[in-house]
Amino acid sequence: MDKIPILRMGSFLLVTIQVDLYDRLALDLEADLVQMVNKTSSKGVLIDISAVSIVDSFMGRIIGNIASMSKILDAETVVVGMQPAVAITLIELGLPLKGVHTALDVEKGMNLLKSMIGDDHGDDDETDDDDTFAE
Amino acid sequence: MITGTMTKPMMMILSLSKDTIQVMREQDVVLLRNRVREVAVKIKMGLVNQTKLITAASELLRNMLRYGGGGSCLIEVVTRGRDNGVRLTFSDNGPGIPDIAAAMRDGFSTGKSLGLGLPGAKRLCNEFDLKSKPGEGTVVMILKWANG
Repeated sequence: MDKIPILRMGSFLLVTIQVDLYDRLALDLEADLVQMVNKTSSKGVLIDISAVSIVDSFMGRIIGNIASMSKILDAETVVVGMQPAVAITLIELGLPLKGVHTALDVEKGMNLLKSMIGDDHGDDDETDDDDTFAE
Repeated sequence: MITGTMTKPMMMILSLSKDTIQVMREQDVVLLRNRVREVAVKIKMGLVNQTKLITAASELLRNMLRYGGGGSCLIEVVTRGRDNGVRLTFSDNGPGIPDIAAAMRDGFSTGKSLGLGLPGAKRLCNEFDLKSKPGEGTVVMILKWANG
């Protein structure tokens, strides 16, 4: 079964979506990610969708859900790398993704996350090794 | 000298190629999206229009799977005068839509979704047609011109 890997980087979780999403996969990601936020007490979630060529209303809703659920668990979510054509389509579809923080690329997204959770997190306990948690 | 009225004459939409795909499982959605993309690239549709067409197709496919219990999708390359486009026809034998006007309204959903599928798909395409009979099924047609 397909699975989207979630990488841990210090107090952040990093998700890079490299495959075409279908509904089941998106729902699994939502559940896994919220579990991981809880398990690792992460402070931020970064979702890279630069390789995603289409985001329809269902996936848009999942992205919004992840952001709201993480927020309740005291973690911020930043979505990075949205393709321009996807942004145009989302707005025309009627899904402005309100309440979701975005940044142009991973680097800017990381900076945004760090600034959002304050400097006391993220800097001191950041490690170089990435752990993949795919159960 | 060219004389004539400014109104564009009604031109026939001709179908150049036909391809039918059965959609019964969620994974088929990815396959169909890729097929639609191939066809769109072949007629030199721009990236933004491709994305709009595939997103609309994705919405309608989800409806077909969730409410219609699966069905088939006809992919056609169509032409009208100098314009080329892609026409998709989704047919299912599901329960049908009792109130089409309500289903076309933003935010209306009998499921738990956002209710953007049908009205969103209509906004993303150039032409949209929905026919449904309760108890018999639903047929949705969308058309996107390459430069529309």
